[in-house]
Parts: sequence; C-alpha cells; structure tokens
Amino acid sequence: MNLKTTLYGHTYLFSDIKEVLAKASEAKSGDTLAGLAASSTLERIAAKAVLADLTVQELTEHPSVSYEEDAVTRLILDDLDQNSYHQIEHKSIGELRDWILSSSVSGRDILALSNGMTSEVIAAISKLMGNLDLVYAGNKLRITATCNTTIGGENILASRLQPNHPIDDTEGVTAVTLEGLSYGIGDAVLGLNPSIDTFDSTLSIWNTLGEIRDKYQIPTQTCVLSHITTQMKVLESGQGKADLCFQSIAGSEKACNAFGITLEMLSEAWKMFLEDGSAKGPNVMYFETGQASELSSSAHYDTDQQTMECRCYGLARHYQPFLVNTVVGFMGPEYIYDTKQLIRAGLEDVFCGHLHGLPMGCDVCYTNHMPVDQNDSETLLMLLANSGCHYFMGLPQADDIMLMYQSTSFHDVAAVRELFHKRPIPEFEAWMIQHGIWKDGHLTELAGDPTIFLH
Amino acid sequence: MITYPEELEKMKKSTPARIGIGHTGARYTTSSALSFWADQSKAADAVFSEVPQSVIQDLGVLEVHTKCQNKYEMLTRPDWGRIFEKETQQTLLRHCVSDVDVQIYFGDGLCAPSIEANIPDLFPTLQMGLTDRGITVGTPFFVRYCRVNTARTIGPLLHAKVCCVLIGERPGLLTSESMSAYIAYNARPDMSESDYTVVSNISRYGIPPVEAAAHIVDLIEEILRKQKSGVALK
Repeated sequence: MNLKTTLYGHTYLFSDIKEVLAKASEAKSGDTLAGLAASSTLERIAAKAVLADLTVQELTEHPSVSYEEDAVTRLILDDLDQNSYHQIEHKSIGELRDWILSSSVSGRDILALSNGMTSEVIAAISKLMGNLDLVYAGNKLRITATCNTTIGGENILASRLQPNHPIDDTEGVTAVTLEGLSYGIGDAVLGLNPSIDTFDSTLSIWNTLGEIRDKYQIPTQTCVLSHITTQMKVLESGQGKADLCFQSIAGSEKACNAFGITLEMLSEAWKMFLEDGSAKGPNVMYFETGQASELSSSAHYDTDQQTMECRCYGLARHYQPFLVNTVVGFMGPEYIYDTKQLIRAGLEDVFCGHLHGLPMGCDVCYTNHMPVDQNDSETLLMLLANSGCHYFMGLPQADDIMLMYQSTSFHDVAAVRELFHKRPIPEFEAWMIQHGIWKDGHLTELAGDPTIFLH
Repeated sequence: MITYPEELEKMKKSTPARIGIGHTGARYTTSSALSFWADQSKAADAVFSEVPQSVIQDLGVLEVHTKCQNKYEMLTRPDWGRIFEKETQQTLLRHCVSDVDVQIYFGDGLCAPSIEANIPDLFPTLQMGLTDRGITVGTPFFVRYCRVNTARTIGPLLHAKVCCVLIGERPGLLTSESMSAYIAYNARPDMSESDYTVVSNISRYGIPPVEAAAHIVDLIEEILRKQKSGVALK
C-alpha cells in the first residue's frame, strides 16, 4: 500500500488510509474543527493523488471503524455482493473513476457493480471528482422505488410537501398542505416534522395527512417525522397508519445510538411497516442524513464528515428505502461554512447516494447563521435538478416556521420542473392536470389557490 | 383570482407560514420577494451583528469574552465559544460573588439583538422573583461570543448550584430577537446535553420576557428542590 507521493518537489507521506481520505476531501469547516483537514490545497491534491492509486481491496479492508467495533461497518461489509466485489477489487480508485465517466459505460453497468462497493470506496471515488464530474456521472444512474407510487423514473422530479407548524395545529397543517398541493407539491410524500414527539401528535397528524390524501384521492405517501420508536408504538396500537416509516440515521453505531436508535430497531420497524403500514410497498422506509452528525456527537472515529455521510448510505441501502435525502445545510457553519462548501456537499451527497443505489433526494437548505442566502440555495437547487436528484422539499416561501431554517419553496420546485423539463410522478401529474393547476409542463393561473380544494 | 377569498383569509390566520402569496409564472411576485428578502436579511444581520457596547453599559454589567476573538471564530469554533482564557476566569472570580444558588449570565449566542430586546425586562424580573423566594442570585455579567456550554465552566468556577445562561437563539424569518434560557443543575465539563432544561422562543413575538421570567423562576425553584435538571427532571 503506497501512502506517499511527491508533488512539485515536495514529498507527502500519510500515515493511513483514513488520513488520505480525510485530506483528499474538499474543504469543510467540520473537518477543520475535527483536526482532519488538509493543511494546504497542495496537500489536498497530494492526498487525492495517493487515493487515486489505492485499490478497491485496500479501501474495503480498512473501514473507518473496525468490523468488531461497529455494527454499521458489519452491515455494509456483510451486505457486499461478493461477485461484484471480485470484479473490481484490484482496480484503483482512479481507474474506477475513469470507468464510471466513460461513454461506453451505462448507468446500469455501474449500478450492477456498485453493490460490491463499500461506502469508503464510493466516498473515495467522489473525492476524485470535480463538481461537474459528479453531475455528469450521477445523471447516468436510474434508480426507482415504489411505495404507493414509483419515484425515480426518467425525467421525474418529485417533491416532499413539508407542512410544518409551530404547534402542529390541524387547521394550520391542512392550510399549508392544500397550498402546497395547489403548486403540484407532495408527489414524493406529505411529510411533517412534529413540534412535539408524542404518541398523540404522531397519531393525530398521521390521521390528518391520511384524510387529506384519501379525501382528494391524491396518489402519494404520508409520513410523520417523529422518532422511529414513536411511529412504531402508534402503528402497533392499531389506532392509525402511515405509508412511510421515517428515521434520521448516522454513519457509525455510536452516532446512531446518539440518535436513540439501533440497527435492530430499524429492522423491526421495517418489518412492521411492510406488514401493517398503509402502503402497497415494497419500499416503505424514509431516511434523512447530513454531513457531520457523527462529529457533533463525537462518534466519527477521526473520519472526515463526507466519508461518514457515505456510510449513512451504506446503512440505508440495506433497508431498501423509498426516500433518502441529505439535509445538506442544516447542521450549521461549524460543519459546512459557506456557499462553496454547501454546493460541494450537496453535489457529493446526491452523487454518492445514487452510487449506493439509493433514490436520493436533497433538502437544499441553510440556517441563518451561515453566510449564505436564498440566492445560494437557488444555485444549488438548479445544479441538483440536473443531477438526477430524485426529489426536493417544498415549503411555503422556503421558510420553515417550526425548525427555523430556510429550505426550498413550492415555487422553486415548480420552477425547476418547468425550466429543466422535469415532470412530477405520473399519477400525481394526472391528478394535477385534473385539478386544473398544471398544463403542458407549466403551472396554470389556477395554481397557487388552495381554496380550489374547498367545497 | 382566489376562488374563495374569505376561506383563504381563514387559512392564513391558522398558520404563520407564508401562504396565499400568489405567483407570477413559477416565481414570487415582486412584493412577496421583497418581503422574503427583507425578513431573511434581518435574520442574517441578527447573527452577524455585534451587541453594541452602549447596550452593555446601560445594563450596568461586566463584559467578558470567550476564547473566540471575533464573530467568525464564534460561528466556526463551537469548542472555543465554550471556554475562557485564564485571565478572564480570574476577572470573573474577582468581580462576582461565589457560592450562590443561581448564577445568571447573558450571552449573545446566535442573536445579538436579543440582548437589548429582552434582558432589560427579563433579568430584573427573574432576579426579583428568585430573591423573593429566598434564592440567592450571583453577580450577572455579559459574555460576548458565547455558546451555551460556557455553563460547563461558569458553574464550577463560581460554585453555583444552578447555572442559567440567557442566550440569543438562531433567528428565523418569524423573529430576529428571541432568546433561550438554558438551565443546568451542577453544571460541569462532563455533563450531558440532556441535563439542560430549556425555555426557548423568549421574545415579544413568542413568550414575552416578563412571562418567561415567571416560568423560569418556577423551574429554578423545582430544580433546586429536586437537585436535578433536564431530561431527569421529567
């Protein structure tokens, strides 16, 4: 294993693969905080040069956390397709990057082998990709999943309708849901973050969203983003149902524990929702991720935040989810500081999610204590709309009044659909046309009027 | 043209979400765009602005700062924002009384304007409410570039049973001047995040300062009585 390189007369020697991965990573404030970042841009490039010559086997045999110590590592390694792995194990990361980008290699060819790639291998490939490489390669990958409807079809751009309310008031949640529907938002999921995490609030909102879905015969999915244990208790009680089961996940077992979850819990919930949830399936899980959750709970094991984020995807793919999205700018400037870092994180997260075989979306967002504004998230939104990103969030004028952060708006999703000739999920699009809010790939004058659904 | 305008008004009253704003093509109208940009700028300014010296002078309290030397360090180095240089710790020991029931101090946190907007009503009411119940209150001071976890140092430094930091919270578009009270029994370096009892959304747009003060007094009394705070208190 060669961990040394010379660049412009200067020799760089790295102590292990983890250091190479971390220093090869594009600049992030979280890696600086963790003491892992390259100390100069030339050192970063030197690390990329070393990474390019490491083999798939070398990366696979040196996971960020040992097999013995960490259940996420065990899951990723145990799930690895041995046939696919043996076809690529002796390839270098640089060779694999070239192969992925080659015109003679299709998305299907890539996905046929990506089940033999660990998350560290996928992270490594992405660290050798520029922003345009990530979009160019990612666009080849076609990944579908089915809950009640199917996401990920050709030129389909779906959306989550996020009708959050400071105190989960039913009338308020309903008003925002109808507003979002009137812009053609909600074909991925009607998904609310509850302001309090209780049995009663989850049940109540499951019922509210389910009633709206059924009353207006909307072909979509419902979900309440309370803790997975809360959703399990409500489903078990028999008093209510939802289509999707949600949980935030992390890239190490210790970080998952800090979220109050174990892998056994995820498996149990998966089984419950397959059997007793209201969806036809077979994809019933919804995961959210985001760089640096592991660092913030001191569970990153000296691994850079992007590699840890990739391990979330290695964990997620085991459960065959319907939706996975990074909440890219939610953690704050301590981890992703500015526009440059935000854009990079969004592009690498969506690419790596896709390379893991996931129906990957993105909450394009920021908090007001980052030196970022809506122009910057609109820029990232436009880039990701061209990256085969499966879905975005839709909120009233991009403002989350419960979680106090800025995401993307109903208008933003409609605009990128129009601009880049993307369509909603077909059954939902038919529903939109039937209600007179969408015609020939554009919003009509009637769109944006939530009262059309009344009376 | 809205189909049922009175219904839309009812909907708008049911949530502070920015609904019923209309559209031009798939974009905002100029007036709603300007409104968004104005509110978002106000929120960003609240984070990146500094608490004016004059505000602290009017409050009549000592000002110190954490290891952070500026706003950029405050935002990118949460580890520095929770600790003090040795000299600063000496200053606090000289200036403040020790061995009190409750040490209350103020921090800019992520919202500098929250200090001027809330402390003048919040702190005196809090102090009065606590001393009325025979609870001793330490010497208040202001910490610039302050993170919540300064409490892990301040508590042990001044030998306070309870530490209460009144700190600016991350602004959203609804309000750019709100703060939280983070309260911990036996605050110390190795405490858990879940040991904090939190009262958030304190501002004239959320929980008004005087009302919040009354609530915090009740909480502190309970915390002192039960000798625990946070999740353990539930």
